[in-house]
Amino acid sequence: MTNTEAKTTLSVTIDGEVFEARPGELLIEACERAGTYIPRFCYHSRMKPVGMCRMCLVEVDTGRGPALQPACMLPCSDGMTVSTETPGTRKVQAGILEYLLINHPLDCPVCDKGGECPLQDQTVAYGPGESRFVEEKRHYEKPIPINDNVFLDRERCILCDRCTRFADTVAGDKLIHFMDRGNNTQVNTFPDEPFASYFSGNTVQICPVGALTARPYRFKARPWDLDETVSTAWTDSAGARVAVQSSRDKVIRLLGIDSDPVNWGWLSDKERFAFEALNSDDRLTAPLTRVGDHLVPTGWSTALERAVSLLSDADPDRVAVIGGARLTNESQYAWAKLAKGVIGTDNVDSQLADGLDPELVLGLPRATIDEACTPGGTIILCGPDPKEEIGSLYLRLRHAVVHDDARLIELTPTATGLSPVAAHSLHPRPGEVADLARALVEAANGGPAVSAAGVSAEEISSAAVAIDGSVTIIIGRASLAESADCVTDAALQLAALPGSRFLSALRRGNIHGALDSGLAPGLLPGRTTIEAGAARFADAWPSTPASRGLDTAGILAAAADGRIDVLVLLGSDPINDFAGRPLAAAALETVPNVIALDMLVNDSIAMAADVVLAASGATESAGTFTNLEGRISVCRQRVTPPGTARADWMIASEIARRLGFDLGFDSVESIRAEIAAVSVVHSGLDEKALAEALVDGLLIGGSGDIMVPGVVGVSPSAHDAYSLRLVASRSMYDDGVALRNSPSSRGLARSVTLRLNPTDFDKIGVDRGTVVRTESAVGRLLVPVEPDPGVPVGSAVLPWAAPGSPANTLIDPFSTVTDVRVERA
Amino acid sequence: MSRFSLDNESIAREIISRYPRPKSALIPLLHLAQEQDGWVTIDAMRHIAELTGTTPAEVMGTGSFYEMFKFHPVGRYVINICSNITCQLMGAESLLEHAEAKLGVKVGGTTADGLFTLEDVECIAACTEAPALQVNYRYRLRVTAEDFDQLVDDIRSGTARDIPEHGTLSLVRQSIPADRGAGIVPPEQAREVSVWMARNDAAEQN
Ligand code: SF4
Ligand code: FES
Ligand code: FES
Repeated sequence: MTNTEAKTTLSVTIDGEVFEARPGELLIEACERAGTYIPRFCYHSRMKPVGMCRMCLVEVDTGRGPALQPACMLPCSDGMTVSTETPGTRKVQAGILEYLLINHPLDCPVCDKGGECPLQDQTVAYGPGESRFVEEKRHYEKPIPINDNVFLDRERCILCDRCTRFADTVAGDKLIHFMDRGNNTQVNTFPDEPFASYFSGNTVQICPVGALTARPYRFKARPWDLDETVSTAWTDSAGARVAVQSSRDKVIRLLGIDSDPVNWGWLSDKERFAFEALNSDDRLTAPLTRVGDHLVPTGWSTALERAVSLLSDADPDRVAVIGGARLTNESQYAWAKLAKGVIGTDNVDSQLADGLDPELVLGLPRATIDEACTPGGTIILCGPDPKEEIGSLYLRLRHAVVHDDARLIELTPTATGLSPVAAHSLHPRPGEVADLARALVEAANGGPAVSAAGVSAEEISSAAVAIDGSVTIIIGRASLAESADCVTDAALQLAALPGSRFLSALRRGNIHGALDSGLAPGLLPGRTTIEAGAARFADAWPSTPASRGLDTAGILAAAADGRIDVLVLLGSDPINDFAGRPLAAAALETVPNVIALDMLVNDSIAMAADVVLAASGATESAGTFTNLEGRISVCRQRVTPPGTARADWMIASEIARRLGFDLGFDSVESIRAEIAAVSVVHSGLDEKALAEALVDGLLIGGSGDIMVPGVVGVSPSAHDAYSLRLVASRSMYDDGVALRNSPSSRGLARSVTLRLNPTDFDKIGVDRGTVVRTESAVGRLLVPVEPDPGVPVGSAVLPWAAPGSPANTLIDPFSTVTDVRVERA
Repeated sequence: MSRFSLDNESIAREIISRYPRPKSALIPLLHLAQEQDGWVTIDAMRHIAELTGTTPAEVMGTGSFYEMFKFHPVGRYVINICSNITCQLMGAESLLEHAEAKLGVKVGGTTADGLFTLEDVECIAACTEAPALQVNYRYRLRVTAEDFDQLVDDIRSGTARDIPEHGTLSLVRQSIPADRGAGIVPPEQAREVSVWMARNDAAEQN
């Protein structure tokens, strides 16, 4: 068997030129690398080939004479000769196109795909010019909605199996399928069961014809009228790369860009369609000031004067800043400098008690997405459901598990979107995940398996056996009804697994940029602390805080207590987003002055803001974004902001100037230069490196000066037999102000139900869907209840921020767990 | 619109247990559904999806490939008259016309009493006995107009006893005891020789 010895390259002759192909490489890929494009419809580099369309047939000779072979199905072999331009190849290409066009309507002038349609383009390049088919074409009802946003025109479909393959093998939502047979074969859903997938927009992007179209873009523009800019999606922390496309200075479409280390071209529908909020009629086009009960438009100088007078009158310790995850890295840095360096307060927090200890995230050894997805490795999920919170990460993890033999072990309070593919799903009782982690690590390190947190010893020992290869632990908040300390303790236990690394699943937009920019109590930009970093900032900043300030829970408690005079809401909405609504409401009622920077008026602003400064959105200003790996990628300006709205860093500079200090920034580049100069970890951040890393971004590694925090030692109180322990987890679509302003997403927020294990459900003695009273120590909600076997006994699961039933009503941010009584209303 | 009855659900589970992967049982389960209701109902497909861990779309996508699964109500007796070349030469066209007149429905239609559905089919492999037809997949050969009338009358009067109601595959249901199954491990996970291979080996040695 000498001829099968592993060769590192194979020599393939492509149209007369010898080319070195890689073992296992498909012919279509080798040809592409050699600069020879083979036309195709069904082949997609991120999915398994299926050979559906036959467009890629080329003449291949492996020693037995030339024969037509599909290049997308054929792995290269040594000595193979390929002819892509012979009369035989040309004839079959023309023939395939003539066949495909038999039933395809010639409605290109009214088709959204016209101008960027592979079928149109390849027909021009390889087609026969004329069809011999004169009979009637196949007819179907013109486009049918297959979900709220996506329409399917079956007459245009060429049955390439891209959309259905995506739904099955990539998203795992097998809700569209080929139906019927022969001439009647069509893509369709099951009757009354729409293509309810968080990832449906990808099928529109990869459909090689105009069969699938999405509502936000239908009949809006022609591809040749579009202006396009490479940028980064901003609705979650994955940092998916996108092409932002606009027409007449309005963003009308986002397409995923294939970034190999990040999103592989895929986007969640939230990432894809959330730009609509930026086009909302309710966007702030000018600053507002409060006159009595109303916020009324005003000029910038009036608004800034008012903001500055509030700030300069206040004692720095009585000023606080909440938010910042919406901002670009540059704006975050400018705000950190303004708040901590100029105003002089350390009461700054970009997380709303919905995140983790920043020192945990920055201090632990970090993994990239690629490292987490190492083939054959182990992924331990000690965080939120990625399918609901960070869609692009979900797709990568799912791929690793389903196609690359990675093993997933879930330590989550309830089943997740990955549970169907997980090797082991262990569901600890709320608040006790650290106990489970300890038991798991002990068993994995050869100790005896003992039951913990309501999980049996057998389950723990079989999960422990599965831990092998590279180990990545995904940390985040699976439930906002238990404190972040529970995750800290669990993560510190899991850190004892040999070689383990961590991937943060904090979800909020540019939250990792905010932490790197020092928008957290005790931190300064560049992964350093106010103690360790002060000296480095001595030249660039007027001062740095002397002592550690308050986090958001501390700020709101102080505000409710009358100890905060000015609260700055930096793109935040504590009423809806803080894990503890009663406290947020009390704070906003009590605090005398609130300054907000935002794009839309959210509930907190409506309730309490005195001055609202109109900020520009992600597609309207330049900057960079840091994703959950610490990867920096560009966000570029595509359109002009509405009215006089401006970038957050410009507002910071203005305020500083009026306070008598020049931040020294006249462009985002000037801010980046200062970041690179003062930060311990950002020295590689220069304009050239950033330009070269346009698609894949620039990974910023290292923990800087941050030390891993110590074990907190949480011990949740014992819970009484009449209570259930609350799990409040986020879902993709909630009642946030941005989604309320996106027509395509607004209707997708699921109606809220409280889910209980059937055993607990039966004890209440009501019918499924009955409204019950759910009461905690701090609040009460009326919600419909239903049984769900995926919920462990003793727990109660409620989605976060669902329309009309905000779970944070029930949460006390200072308690480890949240116990609720569920009773007939 | 019905799910499997309790009896049929336990048959369904037994069928599923014969296969390494539950999804492999889709076709027999679709037959079971058609046997229960005469056609494959929406709820039955949902039930099959639940039992096999697939989605209803997959069940329907698989089933709708096959003409003999009906996804809308049909008569209790489905008559297929062959209209392919041999039967056509031997008078299938006039037989079909006669059938339409006799039943009072067009091809594809179902009689008002829900008893008959009339269909034309392509060659049913009985060319030597043309013109041929099937009633619920039971053959009638060299069929004349009179034969057809007789057939319809026999069915109406309940004397065509060899023809079960639509959806019935066979009159005897096969049941395979667990120890005679092919082994329930997916092939790539099989560590031991499967039950049936071991049995064959044993038989050979005796
Ligand atoms: S709808 Fe588009 S992607 Fe789906 S099979 Fe048809 S042509 Fe392919
Ligand atoms: S691209 Fe190869 S068969 Fe479709
Ligand atoms: S043509 Fe009628 S059975 Fe063959």
